[in-house]
Amino acid sequence: MAYSNTTRGMYSDILTGLKDAGLFKQERFIHSAQAAEIEVEFPAGAPLKKVINICANNYLGMSSHPEVVKAAHEGLDSHGYGMSSVRFICGTQDIHRTLEQMVTKFLGTEDTILFPSCMDANAGVFEAVLTKDDVMISDRLVHASIIDGIRLCSAMHDTFKHSDMEHLEEKLQLHNDKRLKLVITDGVFSMDGDTAKLDKMVELCEKYDALLFVDESHSSGFIGKTGRGTHEHCGVMGKIDIITTTFGKGLGGASGGCVSGRKELVELCRQKARPYLFSNTIAPPVVAGVIKVLEILSASTDRRDKLENNTAFWRKGLIEAGLIIKAGDTPIVPVMLFNAKLAQDVSRDLYDEGIYAIGFFFPVVPQGQARIRTQISAGHEIHHLEKALEAFRKVGKKYDILGKSKQEIIDRYGM
Amino acid sequence: MQEIIKNYVIKEYVEDDTELTYDSPLISGGIVDSFSMVSLKRFLENKYNISIPDDKATPEAFDSVNKICTLVREYLK
Ligand SMILES: Cc1ncc(COP(=O)(O)O)c(C=O)c1O
Repeated sequence: MAYSNTTRGMYSDILTGLKDAGLFKQERFIHSAQAAEIEVEFPAGAPLKKVINICANNYLGMSSHPEVVKAAHEGLDSHGYGMSSVRFICGTQDIHRTLEQMVTKFLGTEDTILFPSCMDANAGVFEAVLTKDDVMISDRLVHASIIDGIRLCSAMHDTFKHSDMEHLEEKLQLHNDKRLKLVITDGVFSMDGDTAKLDKMVELCEKYDALLFVDESHSSGFIGKTGRGTHEHCGVMGKIDIITTTFGKGLGGASGGCVSGRKELVELCRQKARPYLFSNTIAPPVVAGVIKVLEILSASTDRRDKLENNTAFWRKGLIEAGLIIKAGDTPIVPVMLFNAKLAQDVSRDLYDEGIYAIGFFFPVVPQGQARIRTQISAGHEIHHLEKALEAFRKVGKKYDILGKSKQEIIDRYGM
Repeated sequence: MQEIIKNYVIKEYVEDDTELTYDSPLISGGIVDSFSMVSLKRFLENKYNISIPDDKATPEAFDSVNKICTLVREYLK
């Protein structure tokens, strides 16, 4: 028992510091399944409130899709609840390999290896395939899990300015003496909803003999004509050396991730990637669920088409309401408020109107770029979006930000 | 040398119109993140044809244009 009062006091002070700085995160308890409409208890102890959810990564509305739920039930019955093992000891079932093969086909790669999560895939992949003779060149806005993976890898690391292809080219020239160069980017960036210029990046990688890594977590299942991802959208399928993605968003929303790409690199992950070697296998019912998701998405593009229409309706509606959004065409639509407190106030008022959307501010996004990140789903019907737009108009009017420029909002509320 | 290094830092790392002096804290001031020091080190090595040992390329030694100049001069023969 070395947890003395002094130690406890030290940690309490740290927590108080987070609260004082407005950085303290609080969970909201959802009592229903994940869907367009959910029942929320917030703050803790408050009566349940039915709200429209516009901040889930449930892009394709698969989280509670009846066929997926049914497939997971069947997987539970046929393959059990858990495997009590990592993959390489006794944690690989026939369905794990089936899923790997299906992902390979879906993404148009050579081979795939499952990880407990995409966070784990990103944490393990760089160290598994690179050495200190190599260099990783990453976009400055890549996801936190990639940054962690980079930290765990002994290769040299450098960055290029967000989506700046000239800068990337300079970096490729600067590091041309390295054994291997790996360019690292997100396919769709989760905070801004913009899309990487993969066509241009493939061109540069070919020119400088570099490998290309893309995290497709916010694109798999719905970006591109048949939902294969950013590489399909940019016309470079088959040319990405390493793709990582998650089954925790569009592809079912439960959990799990993978590394998919060149077969030698995937095999090296199987031999060396630590989260694969030292963390439990994906649970059988989840594997069965993801298999069903891929079957549904491979059979028809209805869901991604619906998402595309919903997204267009939503973006147009917000612009017509006079709000400032980040340009793009993905279902991640940030409504810019610039000021952190304003973002929190608007989020709270939207909740009172029955709309669940969260404010993001520093340090999650750069200072002065506070926002409400909205995320559209194929699970939304137009009437959900109309109601959400109505709430945005009402709250926007209250704070007098409709039709106002960035400067006007900053002048009034500060950065 | 100061001007060359300062211009490189601005071009490479400053994305708004932050003013930079020869003594502005680069790393502790959040202008250059410690990840990106790598390219600064490589730039200096290529530009001045020197080799800076990894254990000398510390965040402290890179923390301002003036400190970087001091470091580079040590390895210029
Ligand atoms: C770009 C990106 N990569 C990886 C992850 C992590 O995915 P997982 O939940 O499977 O660990 C996320 C999730 O937040 C993400 O946004």
